[in-house]
Amino acid sequence: MLRYSLKRFLSLLISLLVASIVIFVVIEIVPGDPATYMLGINAQEDTIAALREELGLNASKLERYWNWLSGMMVGDFGTSYTYRSPVNELIGDRIWVSLPLALIALTLSTAIAFPIGIIAASRRGSVTDMSVMGATQLGVAIPNFWFAMILVLIFAINLRWFASGGFPGWDEGVFAGLKALTLPAIALALPQASILARVMRTSLLDTLSEDFVRTARAKGLSKAKALRRHALRNALIPVLTIIGLQFSFMLAGAIIIENVFYLPGLGRLIFQSISQRDLIVVESVVMLLVFAVVLVNFFVDLTYALVDPRLRGRQ
Amino acid sequence: MSLTTAPPRKPSLLRTITSSLNLTLGLFIIVVFFGGALISLVWTPFDVASLDIPNKLKAPGLPHLMGTDHFGRDVFSMILVGARTSIAVAVVAVGIGMGLGVPLGLAAAVRPGSFMDELIMRGNDLVFAFPALLIAIMITAVFGPGAVNAILAIGIFNIPVFARLSRGAALSLWTRDFVLSARVAGKGAVRISYEHILPNILNLLIVQGTIQFSLGILAEAGLSYVGLGAQPPIPSWGRMLAESQTMISFAPHLALFPGLAIVFTVLGLNLMGDGLRDILDPKIRRER
Repeated sequence: MLRYSLKRFLSLLISLLVASIVIFVVIEIVPGDPATYMLGINAQEDTIAALREELGLNASKLERYWNWLSGMMVGDFGTSYTYRSPVNELIGDRIWVSLPLALIALTLSTAIAFPIGIIAASRRGSVTDMSVMGATQLGVAIPNFWFAMILVLIFAINLRWFASGGFPGWDEGVFAGLKALTLPAIALALPQASILARVMRTSLLDTLSEDFVRTARAKGLSKAKALRRHALRNALIPVLTIIGLQFSFMLAGAIIIENVFYLPGLGRLIFQSISQRDLIVVESVVMLLVFAVVLVNFFVDLTYALVDPRLRGRQ
Repeated sequence: MSLTTAPPRKPSLLRTITSSLNLTLGLFIIVVFFGGALISLVWTPFDVASLDIPNKLKAPGLPHLMGTDHFGRDVFSMILVGARTSIAVAVVAVGIGMGLGVPLGLAAAVRPGSFMDELIMRGNDLVFAFPALLIAIMITAVFGPGAVNAILAIGIFNIPVFARLSRGAALSLWTRDFVLSARVAGKGAVRISYEHILPNILNLLIVQGTIQFSLGILAEAGLSYVGLGAQPPIPSWGRMLAESQTMISFAPHLALFPGLAIVFTVLGLNLMGDGLRDILDPKIRRER
């Protein structure tokens, strides 16, 4: 297990390194000088030169890449061109909106999908199964941001149960914060829950038809017990993959959903930065999100190995 | 994996009916939307480019079936024209994904575990670490927003999907007797991949293509919604939704119809994909 974990950890580091190179190279192609952009076209030559020096823009590309990379390792993401404040402060303020949003949505999606998928699989072919499949088919087709708008229309504008957007901040209390994230989390979670429920159902149906489940039944276990003790654990592997993938969808989706609800999260930050050509912020936020995705997949792989010892031997 | 192969189960009557129902319904929806998109090339009920302020924000009715927007433009006509954007972006993105992903996957499958295979698969993992939205964000940060950049972002995201699928399917084919005899006959890896492997994985590719097509429509809508996709004056469903957002309390029809258009198109494609899979791939016909 240790060997396997180390191996996976090494490939995680390589992925991150290559990803950082890709991000840096892509963003660095951008024409135009950030210093000129910040100071406006009427700025004095020497002022621009001084700012270039201050931002470290005069260093060679390789040096700048190294500064960026080594800075990130100690939590220094550089200085925003437009906000003139450290990027990690900008990110720090906003990540406490985006991360809880993605996590709540992921929890919600799993909590909805598991029971639905299990019920549908155990009553395969029944009316329940058919309606679950129909409903999830529809759920998969609904764009989350549109669903979010419909939720706003119903629960914020008509029923007035929730605010239609904005975030009071966690200082106002956990309840107020959670309340503001409820509709966005539901909007993010439901379409993903549909996918997850379908995967859960298919995967469980596959394992239910395996010999070991038949043996368990022949041994005298009830259908429910055989499902719980034998089938479920084995059905979890593909489900875990999808949950891992969904986390990255949730984070990316959070970026879009934040726009619907005017939430001050990473998504708003990244779009503002794009329009202001504040590339160091774009660079760092993208890197952070990629880091999150890669990290989650790393943990998913480790969980596989825990769930299925056979996988440890492979690779 | 069971030791004995189970006897092929006869598809139940219910199964057969639902799968053909899926396909029929899916095809019907797709024909309607593609038809609408095609017709909009030569005719729309109203001109989507001309403003008609006196008739702004009209509720659905006659002559404006789906009402009008804040510039008095006919929503129904805009949805017809918007379908073109969605379809064009998704089709080209799937084309990019297939065109690059399938050859890569086939090449990786020739010698599993070789340097080439490792390189391609690790490259895949890398692209997978970037959700389509992040790719789009980076491309937009560099080149500015636009439909072409949306196509590129979704297309790049599609490459590893097709590469993995075709590699996986090709791997098992390479061990089959007919491939072995082709090798004995002296055919090279490229020729075998093209003449023997590709035709055998075509069904899988078609089904996956349908799924990626529907995901492409969703992604295009999302990108346009946040302003990274097609730019004005090109009508797009995602941007119609973005524009409707501030008016949702007094003109909900502006948000309703473009959203329904997306839902129905994606639903139609997914149903068609399910139906096609049932017909084209008898191996998985039994379970799902």
